[in-house]
Amino acid sequence: MEFFERFAIPHPSPLIYASMVAIGLTMIAIVVGITYFKKWGYLWREWLTTVDHKRIGMMYIISALLMLFRGGADAVMMRLQTAVPDNTFLDAQHYNEVFTTHGVVMIIFMAMAFIIGMMNFVVPLQIGARDVAFPRLNAISFWLYFAGAMLFNISFVIGGSPDAGWTNYFPLAGTEFSETVGVNYYMWALQISGIGTLMTGINFIVTILKMRAPGMTLMKMPMFTWSALITNVIIVFAFPVLTIALLMGTLDRQFGTHFFASTNGGMDMLWANLFWVWGHPEVYILILPAFGIYSEVISTFSQRNLYGYKSMVGSMVLISFMSFLVWVHHFFTMGHGPLVNGIFSITTMAIAVPTGIKIFNWLLTMWKGKIRFTVPMLYSVGFIPLFTIGGVTGVMLAIASADYQYHNTMFLVAHFHNVIIPGVVFAMLAGLTYWWPKMFGFMLNERIGKWGFWFLTVGFCLAFFPMYITGLDGQARRMYTYSEETGFGPLNMLSFFGAGLMAIAFILIVYNVYYSFRYAPRNVGQDPWNARSLEWATPNPVPHYNFSVTPVVNSSEAFWDSKKNGHQLFKDKIDKIHMPNNSGLPIIIAGLFFVFGFSFVFGIWVGVIAAAIGIFGCMAYRTFEKDHGHYIPVEEIQETEMKLEVRNNENR
Amino acid sequence: MKLKLAFIAFAMLLTTILAGCEPLLVLDPKGPQAETTANVIWLSILTMAIIVIVVITLLVIMLYKYRASKQSEDYEPPHIEGNPFVETIIVAVPVIIVLFLSIVSVKSTYEVESIPEGYDNQEPLVIYASSSNWKWHFSYPEQDIETVNYVFLPTNRPVEFRLYSYGPITSFWIPQLAGQKYAMADMVTKINIVAETPGDYGGRNANFSGEGFAENTFTATALTNDEFNKWVEEIHSTADQLTEEQFNKLLKPGHLGQMTFTGTHLEFAPAPEGEHGGHHHGETQEEGQSNHEDHSSHSNHEDHSSH
Repeated sequence: MEFFERFAIPHPSPLIYASMVAIGLTMIAIVVGITYFKKWGYLWREWLTTVDHKRIGMMYIISALLMLFRGGADAVMMRLQTAVPDNTFLDAQHYNEVFTTHGVVMIIFMAMAFIIGMMNFVVPLQIGARDVAFPRLNAISFWLYFAGAMLFNISFVIGGSPDAGWTNYFPLAGTEFSETVGVNYYMWALQISGIGTLMTGINFIVTILKMRAPGMTLMKMPMFTWSALITNVIIVFAFPVLTIALLMGTLDRQFGTHFFASTNGGMDMLWANLFWVWGHPEVYILILPAFGIYSEVISTFSQRNLYGYKSMVGSMVLISFMSFLVWVHHFFTMGHGPLVNGIFSITTMAIAVPTGIKIFNWLLTMWKGKIRFTVPMLYSVGFIPLFTIGGVTGVMLAIASADYQYHNTMFLVAHFHNVIIPGVVFAMLAGLTYWWPKMFGFMLNERIGKWGFWFLTVGFCLAFFPMYITGLDGQARRMYTYSEETGFGPLNMLSFFGAGLMAIAFILIVYNVYYSFRYAPRNVGQDPWNARSLEWATPNPVPHYNFSVTPVVNSSEAFWDSKKNGHQLFKDKIDKIHMPNNSGLPIIIAGLFFVFGFSFVFGIWVGVIAAAIGIFGCMAYRTFEKDHGHYIPVEEIQETEMKLEVRNNENR
Repeated sequence: MKLKLAFIAFAMLLTTILAGCEPLLVLDPKGPQAETTANVIWLSILTMAIIVIVVITLLVIMLYKYRASKQSEDYEPPHIEGNPFVETIIVAVPVIIVLFLSIVSVKSTYEVESIPEGYDNQEPLVIYASSSNWKWHFSYPEQDIETVNYVFLPTNRPVEFRLYSYGPITSFWIPQLAGQKYAMADMVTKINIVAETPGDYGGRNANFSGEGFAENTFTATALTNDEFNKWVEEIHSTADQLTEEQFNKLLKPGHLGQMTFTGTHLEFAPAPEGEHGGHHHGETQEEGQSNHEDHSSHSNHEDHSSH
C-alpha cells in the first residue's frame, strides 16, 4: 500500500475532490463522445498524426484557451480569497499551490502556447511557404508541450501541486521546505515542454531563413514574421539555460546534490540568477510576437503601410540583445551593492527606448490613415495606453532604490499583469479574431466580440490598478490573507470585482466562438478585412498545401500591391507539390515522455527506464524509416483550386 | 471612449495616491532612507505621467481625426515610409528621459545603501536580524540582548541591520523606514536605517517563504535614546538568558509572539559572515548555522555581504 500512498494529495480539500470528479467525468464524456460518433479514426488521421502547420497551430491555440481557463480559475480563486480580510476560503498551503500553478500555467502553458500557435498558423502563410522546415519536428514540439501541460495539470489530483511560486526559488523549493512531489512536477513539466519549445525555436529560424517566397528579402518580410524570427532566436539562446537549471534542480531534489542548497558550497541565489537569465528574455519571447500582431492589425485597419518599418525591425533586434542584459533587476534586493544595481538599472531603463519607438511608430501608422474599429483594432487601440502605463511602471521599478520598496509587493504584481494582459493577452485575442476567418472560413461576431473587449478592459483596469496602490501601502504579494487593520480590504474587493468582469469576458469570448460557428455566414471570401500581407492571398479555407503556385514578392505588403498596384503574385503554372507525410511517431514519443516525466516525479525508476528505452527506440526507428513524403498530382490541385474558386466566387 | 476610460482610470489612480486620505506607507516615510525612496517614487510618477499623457493625447488625436467614419468613401491613405527627422525625435526624447532617470537611480541607490548624510559621524548600532520559519530574531551584540518578532531602535542614531536566514530566502522590510533587502542562509547582507520619529512601524518578510509567510511580521519601535537605554537595562534585569537549547526550539517552524532574552544566539550560533560564511566553495567540511567550530584558518575568505 505504501507504493500508492505517495500518489495521495498531501493537503486534500473539497475543492480538489470536486475537480477530481469533474476531470474524471469530462474525460469519460470525451471518450464516450468520440466513440459514439465514431470519430477516433478521423481524429487520428486528421489531427493527432498531422504535420500540417495550420492544424498544429490550431491545436496549440485550443490548448492555450483550455489553459487560460485553468489559469483563470486559479486567478479568480486567489482574488476571491483575498477579497476580504481574514478570509478562510483557501488555507495558506492551498493558496500557495494556486498562485504557483496560476503563474506557471499562464506563462508556460497559456501564453507560450498561444504565441507558438499563432506563429505556426501564420508564419508559413506569410512567407509563402507550404509548411515549416521540419514538419515532423513541429508535431513533436506540440506534443511535447501538450505532454508537459498535462503532466503539470494532473499534479493537483495526484501527489500535490508545486507550492514554491512560479519562480520556484531555492531553498524554499528544495526538499527541506517543499516535501511533496509538487516541485518535481514543476521540474519535469517545464523540462518536457521546454524541450519542445527549443525545437520550435530552431524549426522557425530555419523556416524563416530558408523558405521565404522568391523576392522576399529579409527587409521585405511582414512584421509578424520579423517578430517571430527574433522571438525564436531568443528562444534558442534562452531556453537551454532553463533546461540546465531545471536539471540541476532535479538533481538537488532527487539525487542529493547541493547546487542550490545553502550548505556544502551550494548557492541559493544561483537558481534565482539562472531562472531569470532565462526568465527575462522569456518576457520578450512573449511580447515580441504580440508586437508583431499589433503591427499587422494596426496597419490593416488604418489602411496604411506600417510606419518606420526599419526602425521597427531595428528596435526588435535591439530588444532581443538587451533582454539578456537585465536579469538582475528581478532581485535588486539581493544585496550586491549599488554598483551592480546601478548598471542593471540603466540597462533595464534603456529597453524602454526601443519599446517607445514602437509605440510612436504605431501611432504614426494611424496618422493619415482610415481607421476602422473592428474587434482586433479595438484590442490594439486599447493596448497602446494600457501598455504604456505598464511600461512606465516598469521604468519606475527599474530605479533600483525605489525597487527596494516595490519589490515583492502588489505594485510589482500590478506592473507585470499590466504589461502581460494588455500586451500579450490582448494581442492573442486580436490575432485570433483577425486570423479566425483564415483558420475556419467564417468571422467571429463583431458585436459579441466588442462586448468581450469592453468587459476585459474594464475588468482589467479594476482588477489591477488598485494593486498599485495596495503595493505602495505595503501589501506584499503571495500573502494568502491579511488583517483588517492593514486597510487593504476595499481595494482588494475591487480587484475581485474586476477579476469577475474578466471572467465574464472569457465566457463571452467562448460564447462568441459557439455563436459564430452556428450563425455566422460562410461567404466571407479570402480577404474579409481588406488586408495587406501574403497570408490573405490564399483561398478560404486554406488548402493543406497553402499555395498552389509559389507567390513572387516585391515588398512587405505583397498582397496589397497585387490588389492596388497591379503586382502579379502568381506567375508560374501549377506543378505537382511535394508534401510531408503524417506520422504517429510524435504523439507516441510525447506519450513516452509523459510516462518518463510522471515516473521520474515519483521516482518510479522502472517506468523511467522503460520510457527512456521507448523514446530512444522511437528515435532509432525514425533514423531508419524511409519517408520521402508524397506528391500531390497537378489534377488534384486543379480540382481543389476550382472548387475553392467556385466557392469564393459564389460568396462575393 | 475606451481611451477616456483608461485615462479616467489612470487619473483616478494618480489622485488616489495624491490625495488619499490616509497616506500610503511607502509614501509616508519616517526616516531618511525611506524619504529618499519616496521622493524618487514621486519624481518618477510625475515624469512617467507626462509620457502617459503625451501618448494618450496623441492616440486620441489619431483616432478622432483619422477614423474611417469621418472620411470620404474614396479616401486612400498615403504610403509613408518613415521620416528620419521624426524618428530621431522619438528616439531622442526617450533617451533623454532615461538618462535623467538613470542618474536619479544610481545616485539614490548609493544614497539609500549608505549611512544617511548627517549621521555618518556616529557609530552605527549593530542589530542582527535573522529569520526562521516564520519569525524574526533580533540580536543586539552590543547590548547583549535578543528579541523575537519585535525590535526597538533608538531614534536619530544610524542602525545597521545585518540580515541572514535560517531557511528560505526572506526579505526584511520596514516600509516607513527603508526598502527591502534579502536575508539568506549562507551570507550576511546589510541595511542601514535611521528612524527620525518615535513610533511603532510595521515590518515584515516580503519574500514568499512557505506556509506561514503571511503572518511573518514584526514591529519596529523607535524610542528616544534615553528610553532605549532604559529598555535595555530593564531587559537585563528581567529577561531570562537565551540558551542554545531554547534557541533551537525557537527555530522550529511556526509562529511565536514577541519574546525577550538576555544574551544573543550569536555566541553559540554565529552569523554566516567572515569565517562563518557559507561560501566555502568546494570544501567539504560540515557547515551550517549551528556550526561554531573554529574556522580561523579560513579567515581570509571573502565576505559576501554587501558594502
